[in-house]
Order: sequence, then structure tokens, then C-alpha cells
Amino acid sequence: MSAIAHPTTAPPAATAPAAPPLAAPRRAGRRPVYRFRPYNVGRVVVWGGFAVLLAVAPLVFSSGLALTILSQMGIAIVACLSYNMLLGQGGMLSFGHAVYTGLASFVCIHLLNAIGGGLALPVSLVPVAGGVAGMLFAVVLGFVTTRKAGTTFAMITLGIGELVFSMSLMVPEFFGGEGGVQANRMVGKPFLGLTFGPQIQVYGLLAVYTFLCTAAMFAFTRTPLGRMLNAVRDNPERVEFIGYSTQRVRYLAFIAAGFFAGVAGGMYALNFEIATAEVVGAFRSGSYLFFTFLGGATFFFGPIIGGVLMVLAFVLFSEFTKAWLLYLGFVFLFMVMYAPGGIASLVMMNLRVAAFGKLRPLLAGYLALGGAALVVLAGAGAFVEMVYHLQLDTALGGTLRFLGATLDTARADSWIGALFVMLVGVGLFELSRREFARQWGEAQGQIEAEIRRREAM
Amino acid sequence: MEFFTVSMLNGLSYGLLLFMLSSGLTLIFSMMGVLNFAHASFYMLGAYIAYSIARLAGFWPALVVAPLVVGVLGALFERFALRRVHKFGHVPELLITFGLSFVILELVQLVWGRTAVEFQPPAALQGPAFTLVNSSVQGLALVWGAAPAAACSAADAAVRVVCSPFPATRGFMMLVALLMLLALWLMLTRTRIGLVIQSALTHPDMVEALGHNVPRVFMLVFGAGAALAGLAGVIGGSTFVTEPAMAATVGSVIFVVVVVGGMGSLAGAFLASVLIGVIQTFAVAVDVSVSSLLGSLGLGSGASTNTFMRLTLSQVAPILPYLFLVLILILRPRGLLGTRES
Repeated sequence: MSAIAHPTTAPPAATAPAAPPLAAPRRAGRRPVYRFRPYNVGRVVVWGGFAVLLAVAPLVFSSGLALTILSQMGIAIVACLSYNMLLGQGGMLSFGHAVYTGLASFVCIHLLNAIGGGLALPVSLVPVAGGVAGMLFAVVLGFVTTRKAGTTFAMITLGIGELVFSMSLMVPEFFGGEGGVQANRMVGKPFLGLTFGPQIQVYGLLAVYTFLCTAAMFAFTRTPLGRMLNAVRDNPERVEFIGYSTQRVRYLAFIAAGFFAGVAGGMYALNFEIATAEVVGAFRSGSYLFFTFLGGATFFFGPIIGGVLMVLAFVLFSEFTKAWLLYLGFVFLFMVMYAPGGIASLVMMNLRVAAFGKLRPLLAGYLALGGAALVVLAGAGAFVEMVYHLQLDTALGGTLRFLGATLDTARADSWIGALFVMLVGVGLFELSRREFARQWGEAQGQIEAEIRRREAM
Repeated sequence: MEFFTVSMLNGLSYGLLLFMLSSGLTLIFSMMGVLNFAHASFYMLGAYIAYSIARLAGFWPALVVAPLVVGVLGALFERFALRRVHKFGHVPELLITFGLSFVILELVQLVWGRTAVEFQPPAALQGPAFTLVNSSVQGLALVWGAAPAAACSAADAAVRVVCSPFPATRGFMMLVALLMLLALWLMLTRTRIGLVIQSALTHPDMVEALGHNVPRVFMLVFGAGAALAGLAGVIGGSTFVTEPAMAATVGSVIFVVVVVGGMGSLAGAFLASVLIGVIQTFAVAVDVSVSSLLGSLGLGSGASTNTFMRLTLSQVAPILPYLFLVLILILRPRGLLGTRES
């Protein structure tokens, strides 16, 4: 409107011939406007809580194993969040994210060795150097991968991942061949008395990096680039029409994701002091994808859940049962089919129900569902464990312990029992699922009606 | 000369095997827009199921039954899992096949163990199909089957005789692939269901409006693609090794094939399969590095300390498909024969 009312305020065409006619007068005619911006209490509470959680966790879980797990969680959180910059925010399904974390780990290991040889770089800055390395690799490799989007992008990242992994076994000077490269993090001058010898000091550093990277990646989602990335994900054609290059937006986002992946790689190098060819491998890339999706790619905090789950699965669950990969695969299949938004979306759905005060009637349904699911899991678990026992541990005899019960793979009653428990569980689950679906639909209907009522007011 | 012929034939047969896989992948992709990540897992499943059937009933029944079983499994997966995810979009579709590849790998290791199984081709296919005898006196000759030992060794030390056998399994692989190609082409162009499939590729809504059950056509195509992968698995498994890693080895190569050929282009997939098969086979056989090449040209000592200079072509062979992929993407982003630009 102001452009039409004050055409004379537009700058002369000679000075800025390319300027769009609407933009300049609007800027010239801007008046100071009082804006009410309340202090964002919720955000302060959430981020403060996250910081406190990071600080308190080692005090509560102070054993050696717990500290290792917590350190790995920090690394996994940063890696999964950086992966989600591609998957969740950009719609880019990458099968080769470990390339950037892994290559940065190798660079950092070599850097640690160089510090030991006299390079004047504080050890605490090694992850930043890893970030720069990851960014440079993303600049080079991302130029090829981000030329395409969608399915083709996925396959190219897979190819690049294979390329780097095969290279890693060919160039032993940099990758150290089968044995990998080792380093020592207790090198250089101690900074403020921190030698990074004890695990608690390493955890402290990693926690700081985790917090800073999480905050920076959240800030990234609020930048114009982050917003454009969402637009490129949702409607690339329209973005092209507005005049942006979708390819450039993807490329820039890929570089940013490469930086944070590199930081995660540097954190990995500091924590483990070794890098083997496995860190750039397809399995690791797959697990980033797997757990980011499981945590929930549609919400910013989803990958944090995913990272925590990843470490728990790799460190604890793999000790608990030999069939963990099979269970994880099935969990993944069911998640994709029934909850494609991951755990984060389930949490948010229930928060919405709770916000409208409708959660209480659903609790009984949840209890029934959970109980039935446990019965199914017990039956299926007994079945799977017996099969695994037959395949792997027959030398130890035919019996195994499962959830306090002794199962004998040679006797039919164990098999029939497991099958029976599973079938009963499936039946109970279906019954309670129907009842729950009815209640859930009812609650959702009430919520919709409530929203409409509030809008009408 | 005989090295060239035999390597060429080996490369062709490997390329045709790749095409058996990539044709199913391409068909599924161009029809449903789904990149079937578990395609190579169906290949592996075909090999293992055929191994089990072959132990009970012999190789030839396994050749027929195993692909059918794999096809039915594929169709069931489409019906009960993939179709459910269809409404969420392409990324969840890709993800569910990714999850399936995980589960199949674990199940295969669970049922058949983590080491390679001994899946032998039948007696009729063991040994060479023909042998090329190259004598420095008599020139090149072709002998069907194995050449007699007498023909391969010259009595006179001055005469150099080289025998290059071509394995019968490789020949069988080419035969089956070509037959399959022919059958696929005839089915797509000459039969009623082929016409429905072709039209469902471009105008699914119109086909549905004309009264055809398009979801069922999708299921059939997915099952047929899986069956083709299973057939390739029976042949590939008996020719090479039947092991849990076989899906990963061939899986990423067929993705390269599909991208290089152009997404959704059957002819492009054929061209790219043969090209990559031949390139890789030749590369494995050539033991030349940059430094040895420079050395033979008299430009260097021939014994460089630089790793990149010392890498021989056969060592680089595994990454050649991926380098090829990167080159194609830079020079011709739509692929060799692709039409769509995404």
C-alpha cells in the first residue's frame, strides 16, 4: 500500500536498477512500532533443564560404565541431530552420513598425534577442528550428492559411502588399514588443570559441546536458510518459482550438517582415542538413519531421543540378547508402518491430549495395551531366543534361561508354550487395541470440537 | 586375444546378472516410485532358499521353485507392509524396505548361519563350457567342453600354448538372463497384463477408472521383481558364493546401475549393467598401477612409495562403479538414457 501512496520515496532507478520496486519504499516508510515480546519462559525452562540434565547426569550415574555411556550419548545426540538437518528438515534421506563423522574422526586422531608432536592446539578445540574437516568434506562430496533430491540423492549418498569405505581399506597411510589409527588425548599443555585423562573431564567437555551444538542446530532451524530448507523439503517446485535454487539451499544445508557431523566425529576421536575403517562404514550410516527416524525426524528434539536410544541399544541391549539386531529391525518396521513420526510424535500426540485434559480416561487403555504387548514380547522373545540358541550356542547344551524361566530347545512343550503365550498376547493386544482406538478417536473428536469452539469465540 | 574374449564374456555374464537384478528394481521404481532397498536381500533369499531346496530335490527344481517362493514373499510384503506406508510418501516407503533388508539379513543368519554355505551348481554345469586354445603356431582354436590335456601342452618347448576355459555356469547365467530379458520384453509389449502395467506406469488413475485393480497390479509387479531377484540369486549364489554378505556386495552396485542408466529406464539399466559388469571384470584382471605404467614407459623408477601410485587397477576395481557414478552425475546428471531430471 505504501508503495502506491508514496511513489516518490523510491530511490532513483539509476542508482539501484535491479532493486525490486516494492522493497525499497516499504523500508523507507517504516515507522517505529511497539511490539509486545514477552520473555519466552518455556524456552528458558527447556534449555535450562537440558543444561542441568547434562550437568547432573554424571553425579547420579557415577560408575565408570555409566560415564562411558553418557559420553557416547552426547556424541550420538550431536550426530543424530546433524543427520536430522538433512532428513527431518531437508527431506534428504542420506545413507552415508558416517562418511562425515568418520572422516572427521580420522582427521582429529591425526590432529591429536600432531599435538603430541608439538602442534600448538588445545585438545579441547579438537572437535571444532573436526567440524571444519567435516565441513570441508561436505563441501567437496556434497557438491555431487546434492545435485539431486529424493530417491536419487539417497542412492548417491549410498554410493559415496561405499566409495569412501572402500578407499579406507586402500589407503593405509591415512586410515591405518585394518587396525585403524590410535592417538592419546593426554597431550599438549593442560588447560585450567584439565588433562582429559579421567573420563569425567572428557564427559564435561563433551557435554559442553553437546549443549552448544544442540543450541546452534536449533538456532539454525530459525535462520532464513533453515526456513528455506523446510520449504525445499515441502514444495521444491514453488521454491524454484520464487527464485531460489533448491540445489544451492540443499548444498548449504548439507555443508552445515557436515560441520556438526564433523564435531560429532571429533568428539568420538577424543572419547575413544582410536578410529578404524568401521567409523565410515555403511552400518554406522544406517544406524544414524535408523535411530534418528526412531526418535522422530519431524520434531527437533526427536533425534536427541534417538541418540540416547542408539547408545542404550548398542551398549546395553546388545549385551542383553544376541538377537538385538532382529528385534531392532522389527521395531523399525513397525514404527515406519504405524508411527512414521517416531517416538517424538507419539510424545507430542499425547501431550496434546493431556493439554486438553483428556489423558486420564485413556490411561486404562494404555495399561491394557502395554500389558498385552509385554505378553506378546515375552512369547515372541522366548521363541526368538530359542532359535538363536539353536543356531549359535548348541555347544552349551539345549537349555537356556529366559526371563527367569528355563527353556529346553529339545522339548516340544517349550516351543508350544512360547507360541501359546505369543498367540494369547496377540489376541489380548487386538482386543485392547480396538477398545483403545475407539477411546482415542473419541478423545480426538472432542479435542477438535473444543478447538472449533475456541476459534468461534 | 583369448584373454580379451574370455574376460569380455565373463564381464557380459556378470553384467547380465546385474541386469536381472536392476530390471526388477527399475520396474518397481518406475511403477511405484519406490526404490526397493531390499532388492538385493531378495537376491540373497533366492540363493539360500534354492540351496535348501537343492539339498532336498536337486538344483533344477530349486531353479524354478525358489524364485516363486521369493516372489510370493515379495508380494506379501507389498500387500501387508508397503501398501500401508504408501500414504506417508516416498521416504517412509524407502525406509520400510531399508528396515526389511535388515530383518532379512538377520533372519538369513538365524536360519542358515553366519558363514558361507556350500551351494554348488549341478554336475552338468560344472567345468568349462568351451576352451579357447591359443597356440603360437596354429593360432586360436575353440574346443567345446574341457580341452584335452594334450592340446594344452606342446611337445615342442618353442611353441607356446595357452588354454583359457570359460565356465559353463557363466554361460548358463547369460542364457537365463537373455531368456528372461526376452520373456520380460514379450510380456510387457505383447500381453494384456503387460499393456495394463505399461499404462499404469504413466496413468494409474485412468487405468483404475477403466476398471483395472491397480494396487493388485502393483503387488504383482513387486512380486515379479522379487522373483526376478530370486532367480538371479539362484544363479549368482551357485556361481559365486552364498553368504550373508552377498546382498551388501551386489546391492550397492545395482543402485549405481540404476542411477547411471537413468532412473526408471529399462534400456538404460541394461546398458549400465553391461558396462559396469565389463569394466569391473576387466579391472580385476589387469594388474597395472600408475607407477608400473610410468616405469614401463621409462618415466619413473617403477617403484614409487606413494600409495596412490602403487595401487593396481585390480585393487581399485571395487570402487570403479562408484567413481563411474560420480562422473556420470557431474557430466550427465540424468543418467545415460534417463529422461527425467529430478
